Amino acid sequence: MESSKRSNVFISIGSLLLALLFSALLILLLKYSPIEAYGAMFKGAFGSKNSWAATLGTATPLIFAGLAMAISNKAGVFNIGGEGQIVVGAMAAAVAGQYGGGLPKIIHIVICLLAAGIAGGLWAGIAALLKVKMKINEVIVTIMLNYLAVYFVNYLVMNPFKAEGMTARTNYISESAVIPSIIRNTRLNYGIFLAIAVALIFLFILKRTIMGYELRSVGLNPSAAENAGIAAAKYIYIAMFLSGAVAGIGGAVEVLGVHKYYISNMTVKYGYDGIAVSVMGGNSPIGILISAVVFGALKAGASNMNRMTHIPSEFISVLQALVIIFVATPAIVRRGKDRISKGKGKREG
Amino acid sequence: MDTLLNIIACSVRVATAIGFAALGGMLSERVRIINMGLEGMMLFGSFFGVVGSYFSGSAWIGLGLALVAGALVGLLHAVLTIEFKCEHILSSLGINMLASGLTLVLLEVIWKSKGSSSSVKGLGTIRLPIISQIPVIKEVIGTVSPLLILLIICVVFIYYILFRSVYGVRIRVIGDNPEVAGSLGINVYKIQYITLVCSGMLASLGGAYLSIGDINMFIKDMVSGRGYIALAMVVLGRWHPIGAVAVGLIYGMAEGMQYRLQSVTIAPQLVQCLPYLATLIVLLFARSGRGGPKAAGKHYYMKGQ
Repeated sequence: MESSKRSNVFISIGSLLLALLFSALLILLLKYSPIEAYGAMFKGAFGSKNSWAATLGTATPLIFAGLAMAISNKAGVFNIGGEGQIVVGAMAAAVAGQYGGGLPKIIHIVICLLAAGIAGGLWAGIAALLKVKMKINEVIVTIMLNYLAVYFVNYLVMNPFKAEGMTARTNYISESAVIPSIIRNTRLNYGIFLAIAVALIFLFILKRTIMGYELRSVGLNPSAAENAGIAAAKYIYIAMFLSGAVAGIGGAVEVLGVHKYYISNMTVKYGYDGIAVSVMGGNSPIGILISAVVFGALKAGASNMNRMTHIPSEFISVLQALVIIFVATPAIVRRGKDRISKGKGKREG
Repeated sequence: MDTLLNIIACSVRVATAIGFAALGGMLSERVRIINMGLEGMMLFGSFFGVVGSYFSGSAWIGLGLALVAGALVGLLHAVLTIEFKCEHILSSLGINMLASGLTLVLLEVIWKSKGSSSSVKGLGTIRLPIISQIPVIKEVIGTVSPLLILLIICVVFIYYILFRSVYGVRIRVIGDNPEVAGSLGINVYKIQYITLVCSGMLASLGGAYLSIGDINMFIKDMVSGRGYIALAMVVLGRWHPIGAVAVGLIYGMAEGMQYRLQSVTIAPQLVQCLPYLATLIVLLFARSGRGGPKAAGKHYYMKGQ
């Protein structure tokens, strides 16, 4: 167990380094300097107090998205619908935040988060229902649900809930629903503690409760779990609902803590980023916290890189894609390691 | 009447893109490899089609470049899933994210734009000799994209390969049971590799149709889920070349109606939901598994591994 954990960590780090290396080659091909680019990226991510705030602020939704992915994955369900669940949750929070201005802050925030969690959970629940009742593969369903969520919420933002003015956004939420910033005028807000708390709760449930044990056994081998008297279908519902709820709450934190309203396409691709985060984090809560900060840094650094070197910030998706590919094919990293150690052996011999 | 013809003409156009991708998805599932990377392969196809046409001034060279890109990405998926036993879905998602990111980066490098390329030479249309004389039908398929003709050729060719050639027998045996195929002396990996490269090329043709076959430019993330939709069509088409394309045509109707409805009073965002809703409904009717290659997505280990 311990050694397999260590090898997972090795593969994650190795994959990240390999991805950075390949990306450096791409930067060279585009006739920029990789050292300059990565330097600007590092500075943008860790260079000042505000860049740290940008890194951790960007990491916050990534933690939620990564956890969402991991929760479903533990039950053997592949929920690629994070994107849609985030959008639905964010919209629900934006609507709930507009009303109930007189409520005490804590209660209003909790109501908004609950609304987002339920919205995201139910949205993911559609895929669970189709998987259990109709045996339809959840992957395509969740992807279709992503597009549906984005267009449907766009409709809501542009029609019934549109604020006055040119931009397609909702009205500001009331002051009582705002999650305060930790550092003013940055993305970093107290929502990050909620994200960490969710990670720890997930860790506790997974390791210390019967529910967590049963969830994992369904994920490892559903038919064996059925034989042992565990209702696999029940856990698919639970895992998908919780997964969607966590994603939805992640969307809510973006609304309540960062933007203070819902604006079209505000959560671009966080759901897909979450896949990279959970893959690199080896689906473990602690691993996800770490890899979310790494990707948060990369994303925050990318906009600085874009300013300094004109390398498009979409470059980060390339890097993320490479990380997914390398982590998912541990054989590549292992082979590389073997080759290196063999080379060493030769030199020594 | 005009509207109806319009919808049909439009659905033929939509079906061309989806049809190529569905053929690609069908082939790869028949050798037991799930290819959700169709989405990214299409995107590479549409992008490199435009790139080739932009730099050479000829859309046909663009089409060639798209094919090369598709073949390479198909090969990548093959190497990852066959050689390195990568989870098929993760490899696919990686490819799709790579496509989305790389096309945007290159878009900005080449055209200094975040949204779309400049207009390039397209493949144009061909006026069919006899059909363009027949009254009603000529409105629909009197003048067509050369890629539609290529699609029909591909369907016939793939049908022939699958059901009338030794090579097809091998593919079908692998689809039924790769272990048996291996014990019969079939080189499973070789056939999987070849099939996946073809799958990538087909998907890239579908993508190229969207750009140089239709609007003659590249737009950010222009494939917008059609690769995944094509996979759903494969299930409903029962892993049959004609079935997959025919279903694509029906699906095209849904999208064709979408364009018509956008000019009516319904909010455009709601209308945009239609293709995805239609796909979900398709999946409901198709149900999974039945009649399909059973263990698609499972790794096969050749002897001596």
